[in-house]
Amino acid sequence: MWREHKHVFSISNVFKLKESKRAVNSIRSLVEEEDEEDDVEKVSWSGEPVGSISWSVKETESSIRSTGEVRDQSFPKIHTAPSLPKNSSGYSLSSLFKEHSEKLLTSLILYLLDCRWSVHDDVILLWQDYVSDWTPEETVKRMQQGKVYSLEKFRSLQDKLLLLDEAVNAHDGNVITAVLIYLKKSLSKEILFRELITREIALRHYIHYLKEIGEQKLLVELFKDHLNVRDENKRRDFLKNCLSFPFSPDDATHVQDHYTLLERQIIIEANDKQVESSGQADIFKKYPRKASILNMPIITTLYYSCFYHYGESDGTFSSPANIRKTFRISDKQFLLTCLGARAKLKAWFDVDALFTTKNWLGYTKKRSPIGFHRIVDILQKNNAPVQVLQDYVNLVEDVEQKISLAQKYKCHDVIINTYRDLKDRQQLIVYRGKVERSSSEYRKIEEILSNSVRLWGEVSPRYRSRICFPSSKLNLNH
Amino acid sequence: MSAHLSYGRVNLNILREAARKELREFLDKCAGSKAIVWDEYLTGPFGLIAQYSLLKEHEVEKMFTLKGGRLPAADVKNIIFFVRPRLELMDIIAENISEKNGRPPQMHSPRDFHILFVPRRSMLCEQRLKEQGVLGSFINIDEYILDLIPYDGDLLSMESEGAFRECYLESDQTSLYHTAKGLMTLQALYGTIPQIFGKGECARHVANMMLRMKREFAGSQTQILPVFDSLLLLDRNIDLLTPLATQLTYEGLIDEVYGITNGYAKLPPEKFAAQKKQGEVGKDLPTEPKKMQLNSAEELYAEIRDKNFNAIGAALSKKAKIISAAFEERHNAKTVGEIKQFVSQLPHMQAARSSLANHTSIAELIKDITTSEAFFDNLTVEQEFMTGVDTDKVNTYIEDCIAQKDPLIKILRLVCMQSVCNNGLKQKILDYYKREILQTYGYEHMLTLNNLEKTGLLKPQTSTRNNYPTIRKTLKLWMEDANEQNPNDISYVYSGYAPLSIRLTQVLARPGWRSIEEVLKMLPGPHFEERQQLPAGLHKKRQQGENRTTLVFFLGGVTYAEVAALRFLSQMEDGGTEYIIATTKLINGTSWIKSLMDRPEAP
Repeated sequence: MWREHKHVFSISNVFKLKESKRAVNSIRSLVEEEDEEDDVEKVSWSGEPVGSISWSVKETESSIRSTGEVRDQSFPKIHTAPSLPKNSSGYSLSSLFKEHSEKLLTSLILYLLDCRWSVHDDVILLWQDYVSDWTPEETVKRMQQGKVYSLEKFRSLQDKLLLLDEAVNAHDGNVITAVLIYLKKSLSKEILFRELITREIALRHYIHYLKEIGEQKLLVELFKDHLNVRDENKRRDFLKNCLSFPFSPDDATHVQDHYTLLERQIIIEANDKQVESSGQADIFKKYPRKASILNMPIITTLYYSCFYHYGESDGTFSSPANIRKTFRISDKQFLLTCLGARAKLKAWFDVDALFTTKNWLGYTKKRSPIGFHRIVDILQKNNAPVQVLQDYVNLVEDVEQKISLAQKYKCHDVIINTYRDLKDRQQLIVYRGKVERSSSEYRKIEEILSNSVRLWGEVSPRYRSRICFPSSKLNLNH
Repeated sequence: MSAHLSYGRVNLNILREAARKELREFLDKCAGSKAIVWDEYLTGPFGLIAQYSLLKEHEVEKMFTLKGGRLPAADVKNIIFFVRPRLELMDIIAENISEKNGRPPQMHSPRDFHILFVPRRSMLCEQRLKEQGVLGSFINIDEYILDLIPYDGDLLSMESEGAFRECYLESDQTSLYHTAKGLMTLQALYGTIPQIFGKGECARHVANMMLRMKREFAGSQTQILPVFDSLLLLDRNIDLLTPLATQLTYEGLIDEVYGITNGYAKLPPEKFAAQKKQGEVGKDLPTEPKKMQLNSAEELYAEIRDKNFNAIGAALSKKAKIISAAFEERHNAKTVGEIKQFVSQLPHMQAARSSLANHTSIAELIKDITTSEAFFDNLTVEQEFMTGVDTDKVNTYIEDCIAQKDPLIKILRLVCMQSVCNNGLKQKILDYYKREILQTYGYEHMLTLNNLEKTGLLKPQTSTRNNYPTIRKTLKLWMEDANEQNPNDISYVYSGYAPLSIRLTQVLARPGWRSIEEVLKMLPGPHFEERQQLPAGLHKKRQQGENRTTLVFFLGGVTYAEVAALRFLSQMEDGGTEYIIATTKLINGTSWIKSLMDRPEAP
């Protein structure tokens, strides 16, 4: 954690030093009439290095040189109250010039430069003092007017955010972007992202800017932050903004689905909450909702929909069919989820319908994309009665598996019928020993056994219900 | 408490003593009575260095856990904060000692505050304390460099959880710097290591840093006869497969099932209750998990921990027979002298018996799991992947597990394993798994999947052909006839799979890496060899038949099963090399994948 912050630290700590050094350098470079690029703090707004003193000074200089005077419009408010000198040395210029206008100040600096005097530190201090009087409001105004400004004076997070909010209020994309660039440089991405999440307009500008300069990595980082958004509506809005990120195609699909899902959940949640509290629907009375559906995974949402909204028409957002289609849920997943929900409700008729297919002649047949042995397991876990279970055990194709399942879940009829069909007299006799004498199963076995001997013919191969262990090397018997 | 560190080939107690000495020196800097406020995370690693008794000897009277609010009352002269350099901890410290918190008037004489940063002090943290206006309150701000912690007689760990994530995901190589520093400390105590081998990007970085640091300290050569003959640096990402597989050694399984942190495992108490309170039936079953220290100080544990779990039953019953035979000896003791001798052995025997009881309980707990159908099925799929069966198809077992909403980490382990064993998955299959996972577990896991892709654990197949079968065959990674009871090859640790990392180590010792150039090229990162000049007169003259000592450093973590495999190689009669193992952190597939996950804080 602490390493991540190192970045912030190095900036804020070295800030003062670098700033003054840069100021000195840039002034010196002016003196030598070189156009040296300053590599420390570069604000590239419309391709120009701005915000640095060198730029500001040049800008003013050219205006002075060309027009002979500084345009006299809307100067910032200047404190008229006398302030104490910051520097205790006798010749502090900062206190002296505190009350003077920009014009005077700029001319003075230029004068000093022209005279090739060695620039005293106080001159720089003076400049800093001067710009530090600008409120965020004034700074933004100056930026819009294309005047000299400085963002570096906004040091604390609070100041920076005030500046950002002010820029957003001004609705000037250029200004907002310029401020964002400054914040991007001077804040750790975690902090910046955290703040941006609650500022939608700024966020949109930032996303656009990142896209323009091709910083995909940062975009993904930014996306990561949606996890921290608690309020579902805000989260949805944030995700909506993320939709335009240049994700890889498959990621983009996931983000789109993520957004659509949350959007649906918000609608379903609001609706169901209302229905539940009004007590109109039986299903909610009988099975009160345990938790909100917000932020749940798709499969959970589908389960919820199969539980509370089964049989709704495809058109509604909350219907299973609609969710299945919208999110391209695989047949297997759909079936398993549906099965789980309907079995939980003991809606055996629905369960039955899930597997029934009709061919064009009107015959029905049971089909499943998943082996019926798994269906049996799931039904059993949901406490399906034997009558229901045995229907599905019967559908298991592998005979060994069928018998072992039937034994596990005590589906006597299935076992007896299977042995009968296999003509395995011996197994039937063995099984007769396992059921109670007075039971109907016992009678049934008796009946079969006492049936014409001709029915039996040869003794069939024995089917042992072997449990198939994997060919693993592990043998854990000590 | 630390004797087991000195039994090994290299006396790691020297390192521990050095660490303790430094700790004592710091404590003595703060004269008078003390209270230590602990960053809770640090108590684990520190426990491997010192017990409370050491602190007590140096006038530490109270210990607290660092938390917000005011400090608890303690009538001591010094308050020392033992913390990691983290900003949020600085804020808590500031809150602790801030005057604003209004001390009660009956407060004792003014106290001195100190901070000990572990493992490095940070300017940033100090800056934060300054901002909070409390920096001036501290008399001492110091750092306690805890890079390599002696974990066992042949094992060193930096206990740095995030190392893999930082190095391979976030490209933050600070932990590599700490590694290099730690290795320099080690060389200062055990002499310069003449040969350095390595494989992987991070290994290269560490070796470079070591060589540079050595040049910088060229003046202060240590005049110690080198204990280590060579150092082997291995990147974790050259062998992504091994940690994904379920470890099948006793210690490995304890780690897989219950997790071992800082040498301790927390076990469910039920099985341990009975033996303590006989007679009292189930009245007050302990609900707190039983915490057990696991290291070679325990004779029985040292004996069985590296065995395949299938051999544990036999080993335990053999031990039981020996112990009962020893107890039976008392009937043979006739003379007073004999009885006296028997009694003198009694404490040892009783310790052995309780140790046996404990491990029998643990083995039972684990057996319940290893004999379950779920464990079997999972292992079968793992073994199929490792042998290259159907790695290019959607696996139905994984599908089923997703449908049943099994723990996500289990799913990720399997999917990653399939990807690694297939040198990447077909785009269609990868997309299918991803969609199933996201739909079932939630879209927030997109980032986790992203991370797994970035580290190469999960990847789409590129046009190049799958080279895993070649690697498997050349390095003999799969042994059909692994003998679990009396192993003759390292593959016993995974019941058939020989860890790639350890095969590389084995081949390096004999016949040398030149024989496997082709395979080395298939694994990521460079492989290299460096030599470090020894001062004249320090060249070791090897006795006939004397083993070489090699330090193997796993950058990004090592599993207990891999450690077991190296111990097995050390003990081989004709092995010729003994291994000391070092790592950034002891890991297993679960803890490893977890460290790569991005999840929101619990909602």
